[in-house]
Amino acid sequence: MNDLKATRTVVVTITEGLHARPAELFVSRAMQFESKIDVIKDHQRVDAKSILNVLSLAAAAGTRLELEAVGHDAEAAVDALVELVDSDFAVDGTMNQEQSN
Amino acid sequence: MQRLQGIAVSPGVAIGDSLVMDNEGFRIPLRFVARDAVEDELHRLDEAIAAASRETERNRDSVAQQLGDQYAAIFSAHLRIVRDPHLRREVEKLVRDRHFSPEHAVSRVLRRYAKVFQSLDNHYLAERANDIFDIEKRLLRLLLGRRREELAQLTSPVLILAHNLTPSETANLDRKFVKGFVTEVGGPGSHTAIVAEALRIPAIVGTGPFLTDLSGGEQVIIDGDQGLVIVEPDEQTVKKYRREAEEQRSLAVKLRSLRDLRAETADGTRIQLLGNIEFPYEVPLCQEQGSDGIGLYRTEFLYLGADKEPTEQDQYEAYAAVIRAMKGQAVVIRTLDLGADKMRHVLQSDDERNPFLGLRSLRLSLRNVPMFRTQLRAILRATPLGDVRIMFPMVSTLMEFRQAKMILADVMEDLTEQGVEFNADVPVGMMVEVPAAVVMMDCFVHEVDFFSIGTNDLIQYTLAVDRSNKDVASLYTPSDPSVIRLIDMSIKTADKHSVPINLCGQMSGIARYTMLLAGLGLRSFSVTPSAIPEIKRVCRGATIGQCEAVARRALTMECARDIKSYLTEELHRVVPEVVV
Repeated sequence: MNDLKATRTVVVTITEGLHARPAELFVSRAMQFESKIDVIKDHQRVDAKSILNVLSLAAAAGTRLELEAVGHDAEAAVDALVELVDSDFAVDGTMNQEQSN
Repeated sequence: MQRLQGIAVSPGVAIGDSLVMDNEGFRIPLRFVARDAVEDELHRLDEAIAAASRETERNRDSVAQQLGDQYAAIFSAHLRIVRDPHLRREVEKLVRDRHFSPEHAVSRVLRRYAKVFQSLDNHYLAERANDIFDIEKRLLRLLLGRRREELAQLTSPVLILAHNLTPSETANLDRKFVKGFVTEVGGPGSHTAIVAEALRIPAIVGTGPFLTDLSGGEQVIIDGDQGLVIVEPDEQTVKKYRREAEEQRSLAVKLRSLRDLRAETADGTRIQLLGNIEFPYEVPLCQEQGSDGIGLYRTEFLYLGADKEPTEQDQYEAYAAVIRAMKGQAVVIRTLDLGADKMRHVLQSDDERNPFLGLRSLRLSLRNVPMFRTQLRAILRATPLGDVRIMFPMVSTLMEFRQAKMILADVMEDLTEQGVEFNADVPVGMMVEVPAAVVMMDCFVHEVDFFSIGTNDLIQYTLAVDRSNKDVASLYTPSDPSVIRLIDMSIKTADKHSVPINLCGQMSGIARYTMLLAGLGLRSFSVTPSAIPEIKRVCRGATIGQCEAVARRALTMECARDIKSYLTEELHRVVPEVVV
């Protein structure tokens, strides 16, 4: 049973907050991991893989978020997301577009 | 009993049961499904989500290709929402646990999120709420798919209540049973107003939100004279309005008796009264009212309410039906006057942030030459059947008009080569609705066979007002001095060069303006058929001298409100039997 849990905290510094493309990039990245990932803001806990829920957090610039992942790739998941937020979502070029079938 | 105030855009009284229109023109039908249908329904849901994904992806790819990735980003966002695992999960829960129909469940779940977004004090999120409504629409359309036809089958008289009514929605309604409209948004120039006038049924727009409290089927009274909507009226109120409705019916009968009298002023100046129509079935009404012909045959309905571009044959048949029915009287056919925003099935254009200023009407046709040629071919083929004329909408430059004529000439050459019969001398004219066209009238007079002033859009463009926006609705008025001056300029220039000119906007069918227009020199009015008797009444009650005096005075006035009062007073004074 791979019940590894990993937690890290990160502050949203990008000016527009966790909205628009940043939110999408965030969710997109979270989707790449198998672990269950939660984002916690104050007392609100939402699924990092749900765009609707991530958006409803309304995490403006300056918000402190706690990232909690449970699963075999928990560590990698939180690290990746922290890196994304810390770098102000400066991801290379376009967002990963899912393959259409 | 609930009373709501809105803007009255079409007069009269209607009492009946309400049909609430949600999303793409139909009420969300079933709220619940049978227990043993749950698996099938979930399957349907998955198919709809998959189809919505595919459609959104297609949109994204084509926009990315045409305009670049950042413009396509919005679709990536939509895609993300459609594929949100929580969405699926929450909808499934409602279907499984509470036996909601997928439609009802999708609506419920998405609206909840939308509400959350709207309530957070965040401009960006409030915008995202719109995306959610868009996605809701798409999913519902896919879910309801096959059921759409059944729902359009009305079987008893209803009053339609909706957030807004688009041309596509009204194109599919069964007119025999629709007795009135109420929309939450919209202004005097909105599509709802135009259709309601054409159908001669009362309509009220811009009431503000009230639909969420209704489920449909409630008894409603529409008072199109006061702009009042009464939901679930008490007995006393119903009685009062039934009486009023009866009185109005007998007045209508009186007006019909004018049919055989000539349309001319009291001192014998002939005024031509033509009809504006949108559908072939309106022709009998035109003839009943004694019109002199069709001044505007709008062809948009052929392109709306259908999933793909109409074929040449479909169009030909629609044009032929009207021309034949008019038995030799003039029929002016206007080419497609729609924006790219309404033509999604034909054209993927998502840069239409300002549809009224964007790729629409003639510009759209010139950009889509194969589609334009098909329409022109269909019209030309129908020319031998009667007195047909072609009119181009929204002409803003000489170049555009010349280009359109070149394409027409080209199509004529093709038809000649193919040995197909048509009238090569078909008169070709243009709508005067863009201020640029008015300013350049003295050049256009050498290019066109006739003009038609389209005040609906002319007012919009001149005063920079969106006629469907209830917040600025009061600015949109034919009484504005700027509009009157432009109309004056157009008529004088056309007359100077002996080019026929008429006015086909809603203004021509409003009795208040008849004397003004006749006084400015207008001798041809194209109106909604049901307004013909009233306009005729006004003409017959005044002399040209009186009309000219009214026009002269109105031209000296500076403010719309004063002009409107003045015109109303004059009408009352000279033709007291017509009430506005």
